[in-house]
Amino acid sequence: MTRACRLYSSALLTAALLALTACSLVGGGDSSAGEPDAEGQPTKVVLVTHESFALPDKLVKQFEQDTGLDLVIRASGDAGTLTNKLVLSAGNPQGDVAFGVDNTFASRALDNDVFAPYAAAMPAGADAYALPGDDDHRLAPVDNASVCVNVDTTWFDKQGLAPPKSLDDLTDPAYQDLFVLPGAATSSTGMAFLLATIAEYGDAWPDYWTRLMDNGAKLTAGWSDAYEVDFTQGGGKGDRPIVLSYDSSPAFTIGGDTSTTRALLDTCFRQVEYAGVLAGADNPDGAQQVIDWLLSPEVQQQLPTSMYVFPVDSSVTLPAEWAKYAVPPADPLTVDPAEIAKNRDEWLTTWSDVTSR
Amino acid sequence: MSPAVSRIARLLGVAAIPLAILGVFFALPVVGMVSRGFWADGTFDPGAVLGVLGRPRVHRVLWFTLWSASLGTLLSLALGLPAAHVLYRRRFPGVSVLRAALLAPFVLPTVVVGVAFRQLVGESGPLGFLGIDGSPIAIIAGLVFFNASVVIRIVGGAWESLDPRAGEAAAALGAGPWQVLRTVTLPALRPSLVSAASVVFLFCATAFGVVLTLGGLAYSSVETEIYLLTANLLDLQAAAALSVLQLVVVTGLLLAAARARRTPDPALSRILARPRRLSSGDLPALGGTALLGLLVAGPILALVAGSLRHDDAWTLANYRALATTGEQQALIAPVTDALVTSLRTAFDATWMSLLLGLTVAVVVTRRSRSVSERRVRSVLDGVFMLPLGVSAVTLGFGFLITLDRPPLDLRDSPLLVPIAQALVALPLVVRTLVPVLAGVDDRLRQAAATLGAAPWRASLTVDLPVVARPLLAAAGFAFAVSLGEFGATSFLARDEHPTLPVVIFGLIGHPGPMNYGMALAASVVLASTTAAVMLAVERLHVPVGSF
Repeated sequence: MTRACRLYSSALLTAALLALTACSLVGGGDSSAGEPDAEGQPTKVVLVTHESFALPDKLVKQFEQDTGLDLVIRASGDAGTLTNKLVLSAGNPQGDVAFGVDNTFASRALDNDVFAPYAAAMPAGADAYALPGDDDHRLAPVDNASVCVNVDTTWFDKQGLAPPKSLDDLTDPAYQDLFVLPGAATSSTGMAFLLATIAEYGDAWPDYWTRLMDNGAKLTAGWSDAYEVDFTQGGGKGDRPIVLSYDSSPAFTIGGDTSTTRALLDTCFRQVEYAGVLAGADNPDGAQQVIDWLLSPEVQQQLPTSMYVFPVDSSVTLPAEWAKYAVPPADPLTVDPAEIAKNRDEWLTTWSDVTSR
Repeated sequence: MSPAVSRIARLLGVAAIPLAILGVFFALPVVGMVSRGFWADGTFDPGAVLGVLGRPRVHRVLWFTLWSASLGTLLSLALGLPAAHVLYRRRFPGVSVLRAALLAPFVLPTVVVGVAFRQLVGESGPLGFLGIDGSPIAIIAGLVFFNASVVIRIVGGAWESLDPRAGEAAAALGAGPWQVLRTVTLPALRPSLVSAASVVFLFCATAFGVVLTLGGLAYSSVETEIYLLTANLLDLQAAAALSVLQLVVVTGLLLAAARARRTPDPALSRILARPRRLSSGDLPALGGTALLGLLVAGPILALVAGSLRHDDAWTLANYRALATTGEQQALIAPVTDALVTSLRTAFDATWMSLLLGLTVAVVVTRRSRSVSERRVRSVLDGVFMLPLGVSAVTLGFGFLITLDRPPLDLRDSPLLVPIAQALVALPLVVRTLVPVLAGVDDRLRQAAATLGAAPWRASLTVDLPVVARPLLAAAGFAFAVSLGEFGATSFLARDEHPTLPVVIFGLIGHPGPMNYGMALAASVVLASTTAAVMLAVERLHVPVGSF
């Protein structure tokens, strides 16, 4: 019994020591970082963003060296979660600057006074992506990517069947049971496709969806479920050769000297991601510097490789595979962001009714 | 103060620290979120919230949640019990490895398990002929996959130290094996069975990824609905209605469970029975275990096979890539770094939940001297289960809007993630310890006191030896919960150091065959790390047979 006790106390002691030292996160942080310096100038800037944000350490270090600021990145959730968190903490924000609110959520953020105006110097060609209705420059466009229907060209070649071209073609019985896509309620990719059909068909969009579902379209929860499980060119080698993905996706399916997939450029909805200074930020100057940094040639050039999106800067050279296989649509389908903010709820309810029948 | 009142005051004093932590990190955020819904646009409008509850869609969602969670719980019990018997009462080569491996599914990220499941049962998979992809059957199978291990662990822990002599006596008097099970063993196991069932029900009822991924969007549960309303539509009124509904259902369940757990005489003699060899009488139990093994092994084998494929060849390339930042630098840090972050976070979450859990378990199991004292103890018991029954989305958003000002400006604290995970693990720790501590005969403590032992000394000599192994089991559990936790973690702001499940989610959400392979490989690493930790915990031999 006493042996057991001794064993126990030594085990507890070890655990306590471990907790106090290397194994723990407690006390691991540098608590002095971020305190204002002697002149009362803030020494850190906090960037709030979504889970997909990624830039190489090298670029972050460079920013910190150039500005003398410590860049803290707080990432969580998707674009919707990010926007709603910003709305709920409006006035007492979690950081100084936010990146990742897209054109399907932007109006909600503007309506709730989440962002403060900042007219950043825009790189060449970026004006084309400015948010309609954002007259006092609260949101700066940083990147864009278009959600497009993708086809497995090798599958269609083998079958001797011409791949579909338009949204209408997807309801053609020739393509029955071949299409898989993430749902609009659970996936931002799926939401973008719903918006594409609303742009194309106007008020008649529910009829289109009825026809689409009648033709055997398959819904999944997220992009990875559709692409990696059901799509013939995905990781799991599924059995559906038509999938909802991005204009850049063909750059990731290169077999031999050509891509095995192609994006249908008449089916695209363009998502633009913005950055903005948060109203009530502790360090608004630092926030502006982060926006300038996101628009700098160094970061813009890195966007395709790190975040799978196109830069807004038209002068940037794209990676070789992108230049060859990732073709953005010339004239994507669009819906006014204010309309999206107003109708999102009703559209999603109708969409759920139509697709779950 | 009368002795009864002062006893209750002392009891609440001991429980004060866990209660305060629960208040700050659970009650405050949830109340904050729910009241945002009740006070829409600055005016108190409970009518609008109650109006939401009248919607037919809400009824459908509630009904689906209830029946799918009940069925998931029943099947997890039905398949977990035989396995608990085989793994904790029988001895054969490899039993400890098998025990450790069975907890592995518990930590796998749902998004990856969803992919692995659907590769088996999807249209083009080897089990595609079953046609269960996107059906409730797939959802239930997914729930059992994740939760059977909870049953095995909680019930197995109690079964292991159950005195076999009562059963042997019944058998000697002519009872058949079924009769012994029904009349002796199961009644003795009742507290732990009810414990396991209530925890599993809460897990099933708040399952998120399983319902969406395997149900093909055709089914919504209360949890998925709250997610849609909060994270997408920002309809806080409807979200508040559903959160209140969730709380009411969970509270009802906990009350029923507390009633069912109560046994006339909880004092059982506990000894560590030597596991017996397998015999022909174990065939039914072996059958059940094998069935569960198939259900668990199928998706895991699909996962392992997928992680070893790249460019249509068998290779270790995906595993080698884990030390890099991904094919296209999709990651800020290599997966190996994320594993280290996960382990460190899990370490913190484990000691936090053990400390809190042990305090709570001791408080709720001490013998009560009055009815009101017993009530206070059983309310305390239930309160600490609540975090499992509330949506991670509500909690995550609640942290943001309530812990945002001094003195509670904690929303950026690096401790928030381990604390949130500790709260998720806490019910498992409490439910593992309570049945065992409740079984300690209070007369032993009294005897120790009579012999002159101080209260702490009496606890150390009487309770500790009994609770030692279950405590280890609980530690393993908490560690595993923390390693695999994704829901709450993904809603809390992370620093530059994401945990492994978060990284896996990022990898599988991006195109590129290497990213897909790496996501699978990282999942295999996560699962095997968990199994290895479990095995190490099992190997820590605690000399408990000596009392």
